[in-house]
Amino acid sequence: MADLTTNFIGIRCPNPFWLASGPPANCGEQVMRAFDAGWGGAVWKTIGDPIVNVSSRYSSVDWAGHRMMGLNNIELITDRPLDVNLREITEVKKRYPRHAVVASLMVESKREAWHTIVKQVEDAGADGLELNFGCPHGMSERGMGSAVGQVPEYATMITEWVKEVARTPVLVKLTPNISDIRVAARAARKGGADGLSAINTINSITGVDLDTFTPRPDVGGMSSHGGYCGPAVKPIALHMIQQIASDPDVRLPLSGIGGIGGWQDAAEFILLGSGTVQVCTAAMHYGFRIIEDMIDGLSNWMDSKGFATIDDFRGKSISRVTEWKHLDLNYKIVARIHEDKCIGCDLCYIACWDGAHQCIHLDRVSGDHHQIPAEIEQRSRMSIVSTPVTKAAQLALNPTKTPLARIPRVDEDECVGCNLCWLVCPVDGCITMEQVQTGLGKQSWEQRSAASPGG
Amino acid sequence: MTPEEFAGAFAEIHPAFEPQAAAIEANRCLNCFDAPCTAACPTHIDVPRFIKKIASGNLRGSALTILDANILGLSCSRVCPVDVLCEGACVMHRYNKRPIEIGRLQRRAMDAFYSAGADLAVPPGASAKSVACIGAGPASLACAAELRMQGIAATVFEARPMAGGLNTYGVAEYKLRPPDSLREVALVRSLGVAFRNGVSVGADITLEALESGYDAIFVGIGLGPTESIGIPGEDLDGVVDAVRFIAEYKTGTPKIGNRVVVVGGGNTAIDAAVASRLLGAEQVTIAYRRDENAMPAFAFEYEHAKQQGIRFVWQALPTAIVAGKDGRAASLQCLRTTPGQPDASGRRHPEPIAGSEFTIACDTVVVALGQTKLFRLLEGRGIEFSAGCVRANRATGQTANRKYFAAGDCVNGGGEVVDAVADGKRAGRGIAEWLGQHG
Repeated sequence: MADLTTNFIGIRCPNPFWLASGPPANCGEQVMRAFDAGWGGAVWKTIGDPIVNVSSRYSSVDWAGHRMMGLNNIELITDRPLDVNLREITEVKKRYPRHAVVASLMVESKREAWHTIVKQVEDAGADGLELNFGCPHGMSERGMGSAVGQVPEYATMITEWVKEVARTPVLVKLTPNISDIRVAARAARKGGADGLSAINTINSITGVDLDTFTPRPDVGGMSSHGGYCGPAVKPIALHMIQQIASDPDVRLPLSGIGGIGGWQDAAEFILLGSGTVQVCTAAMHYGFRIIEDMIDGLSNWMDSKGFATIDDFRGKSISRVTEWKHLDLNYKIVARIHEDKCIGCDLCYIACWDGAHQCIHLDRVSGDHHQIPAEIEQRSRMSIVSTPVTKAAQLALNPTKTPLARIPRVDEDECVGCNLCWLVCPVDGCITMEQVQTGLGKQSWEQRSAASPGG
Repeated sequence: MTPEEFAGAFAEIHPAFEPQAAAIEANRCLNCFDAPCTAACPTHIDVPRFIKKIASGNLRGSALTILDANILGLSCSRVCPVDVLCEGACVMHRYNKRPIEIGRLQRRAMDAFYSAGADLAVPPGASAKSVACIGAGPASLACAAELRMQGIAATVFEARPMAGGLNTYGVAEYKLRPPDSLREVALVRSLGVAFRNGVSVGADITLEALESGYDAIFVGIGLGPTESIGIPGEDLDGVVDAVRFIAEYKTGTPKIGNRVVVVGGGNTAIDAAVASRLLGAEQVTIAYRRDENAMPAFAFEYEHAKQQGIRFVWQALPTAIVAGKDGRAASLQCLRTTPGQPDASGRRHPEPIAGSEFTIACDTVVVALGQTKLFRLLEGRGIEFSAGCVRANRATGQTANRKYFAAGDCVNGGGEVVDAVADGKRAGRGIAEWLGQHG
């Protein structure tokens, strides 16, 4: 049985799953229920001078019938009095001493203000601090949040102020709304940060109501850009985590955030260097109970891979990312269609023709590999067919067997191994991408360019 | 039976989707390339296209996609034997064993279209050509609509008081109701098609008159009354023709006996038997001269009949209908049969077994032996026939008399609504092309 206990920059917790600073970690009652459900830690919703929120606050992107592929919010930091938050932090830590409670902080850019808030939350019992330099909406207009994170000098300066007084570990939460997140990461390190959290939400407008013409979310007929999160942002977050993790000028422990909803997502963030992972949207969507499979699934996967602890695989995939110029130009794969599994949807065919390299053909019966998609469709639509009325004709339909004419053929000589057919195929294992030997040794673009400078 | 009781008894067997349920189902469609469902549909409705428009909330676009291929998309969504057509061809059979509910999705799009006012743009302009369509069933409606799309005037002549043919008079009530059929007729009328209901060609107006008054004639006369059973007692009270019985319960006075024997094994026999049950008959028996496997009814129709408690007596060849004391039909006398030599249909001919007489007590005998051919109406005009059916070019509908085109049951001997629509539409195009070249 895998051991998920975590010691992240000196903060100990039963597992690496933390609630991210946000609505699910708004109050002590929520945080305690989350700990009861199994969460290892929580980053308290950002504490600062209380604000006033608007309604509505969230909007989302649905995709093909699924809700909340991406979530956007225009909610600000905590709207609860400081003393209430502090009292509840104390209460939670008293009842849950083994769990991590990290206080997310955002106050105006004054040294005294930061010194004061740091002392207050540490006195309340917080295990660590997370400096919110990432919130992209509302607070940034007041010179806080991403307004700090986007200016490296400010980030360094405020981190330094915090470190002057902090007795607990300090995380800096980075904004992705910047052209190179490594610059912000280096600034935080320069200021003395003990670790980094990434990513905060991405500037977004999720959509426009096609009846009212107001973008979402609608606040009395007006909208404002919000912060985007949820499953849709995971690839962006993973990329930024990888960039930070592999930057020799940063080398700080990472708490990964961005679209994590299941144990696979968590494993991926850890493989790219995260020591803990933070979750918000998935908990907002389904509740704290999702933690059960996150822990269970991750443990089972670790067991199956022979990993006893999180550290056994943390960062294992960082070295597998390189610059494009180092990739092997002589590595070749081609698509193979396993016709016993093919259901005849022919999505691979049209994807290859319209979206790739025209090397999948529907010619196994016709023998005509010159026909274009429109001609194939036209043939079907011009055909004269009748309702099969005889038993024999009905039996001949045999919907369990894919007609040979609908099973595509890959022209392996033309296949560039792009993966698209495999990606669109709805059937697991029907299309596999298989290596073919080119007889050539490894050669990268850089090597090839060096070998033939004029080429 | 009150109208409410009738509506309750004949509740739809394929009820409409709730709007969001339709969207969920629509999202399940894989959007196949050159989709097998589209290929399997005789009218080649672009199924994935209309389904994905339901998913995207473009219901009008969805409906127009359907109507572009099949002007009777509403009735087809309700009456098509989808198990052996679009849904039978769905690749989902090989994916998770649950084909997309294409028929009900089509109904969703069509219901939304009709609820929104059934506004279909009338094609601009008109040629000087005009066509007479004989019969107002699906084939004629499809042909006339296609002619209007091509700018050609079309007049439909219908002997009955209402248009729609079997869609109005002949489809089981739990699949399609007359008001829905008539909504489709109204749609076709909105395209500029003229309807002359209650005008019987041959009796009220001659073919010669049509020939001189119109540039082409489309024959969509369908089939006639049920074939006579040709046994003693066939004229007794209590012996009814299945087609007439169905028309009567749908558009006239619903009534049936208590113990009903339906003679025949086709889909009409099932429709008549199930309707008898729903109208209140306690005991309904289908007597068929061949065995279960040779029965021409669709498998799902047979299952439906069994669920309704219909009793089947196989290999029963009726020999006489015997009257009771009141002079009405009181029993059906039969002989057992055994399979003999294969006949023209490839099925083994049912040979009666001497001395195997048995009787089925009843108060009503419904004869469902297939419908008669109406070719005599068309004789003498240079049209050719084959086994009583009009011979027509399948691609154009044109007959041996090139001014006459034909499609539907009078050509195919009795098919599905969607077959009549497909052939009727092709005939409309065939007429337009022919008029363009020769008119």
